[in-house]
Amino acid sequence: MKVNKIIIVEPSPIIYAGLSDFINTINQISVVSVLDNIDLLNDKMLVHNPDILIINPIVLGFTNNSFIKNISQNYPKTLLVALVSTYVDRNVLRYFKETIELSDTKQKVITKLINLINNNEDTSAQSENIELSNREIDVLICIAKGMTNKDISDRLNISVHTVITHRKNIIRKTGIKSVSGLTVYALLNNWVEESEIYE
Amino acid sequence: MSDVVSSNPKLMLTLSRFGIELGFGDHSIKEVCERAKVSPLFFTLICNIYSNQDFIPTLDDLKSVDCNSLLSYLSESHKYYVNERLPHIEFHLNRIIEACPERFAKTLDRFFKEYKSEVTKHFSYEEVTVFPYIIALNNKDKNSSFTISEFKSSHTNIEDKLSDLMNILIKYLPANIFPKERIEISLDIMDLSSDLSSHTIVEERILVPFVELLEYNNYESQ
Repeated sequence: MKVNKIIIVEPSPIIYAGLSDFINTINQISVVSVLDNIDLLNDKMLVHNPDILIINPIVLGFTNNSFIKNISQNYPKTLLVALVSTYVDRNVLRYFKETIELSDTKQKVITKLINLINNNEDTSAQSENIELSNREIDVLICIAKGMTNKDISDRLNISVHTVITHRKNIIRKTGIKSVSGLTVYALLNNWVEESEIYE
Repeated sequence: MSDVVSSNPKLMLTLSRFGIELGFGDHSIKEVCERAKVSPLFFTLICNIYSNQDFIPTLDDLKSVDCNSLLSYLSESHKYYVNERLPHIEFHLNRIIEACPERFAKTLDRFFKEYKSEVTKHFSYEEVTVFPYIIALNNKDKNSSFTISEFKSSHTNIEDKLSDLMNILIKYLPANIFPKERIEISLDIMDLSSDLSSHTIVEERILVPFVELLEYNNYESQ
């Protein structure tokens, strides 16, 4: 069975020692590195490429947003978990998949970590297809015509949630992020007429 | 100085924004910077960001930043993008557009014009709203309801559309349209894109925390 690697970044030795101690009792998980600040974190990430990074947002200090944004971009496969001991800005927390609080019981922490790992395996198993599906082309045409997510969901009889999923897939497959860029793309493929776009 | 520039030629782009001219012979960074009246510390800070996108300035780095150098560096960068790079790309893009079938031409033209006005708006917001606020803050003049967190949350991404344009040029435009010119312009766009992303990093990792520090100090001294 695959062993999941964890790096812990937490300034308090009492907390990191305790946490890594009982994480190591879980079969599928092993703590590969414990740091009390972020100075060496980039190096350690490179060496271990961990499955999970447990980090106390306190250590991010003044550079909080950009540092964690960088990590999440450079290591998209690493799941970020916040170890929260004080108040943390909501903007920072959005980069994290899960939070652990000091008041959590041992069982709760273990459940959170294991759920995280299991959910992650499900999504990585899906296969990649580069061509847009017919449904995605339908959605793309609507986007090019300047329709909102709500308009599109009404027109195609699908939920707004589904529209958003299609949009994400279109962006991922084409590599084009902006609406005006997608419009050019739809036009180049002759899926829409110019007269339909600028009305 | 010449060692630094030859190790990362991209830094040449930043020199003129500091008012540093080429032809510095074998003088050190310190000597060249002092002649151009630039803080050597600030210069190396920018070099670090341009050379390593993961670079995080320390608190001491931030404390050493001189407000005027930072703002003048940023506005010089803006001028360079708007007055030099964008017109250059537009010129070459227009030649491609002229060769396109009309239906694509109009859309591409519109796409770039929209992008240009978006970038101009983005920069003028910073120069008209954000920079004067920072200057006032630096002079301990606090008559503003604006805070840097507003800037932080509204700071839009201006690189995405460039990469879209590049994808269109490389992947999706019909093969027979100006292939050579397309390669060149794509390389130009790539350069601008990486320059802009370093610029964004300067704003997010130096400007924003620097101003947060100023705001914090002002709050403390009240």
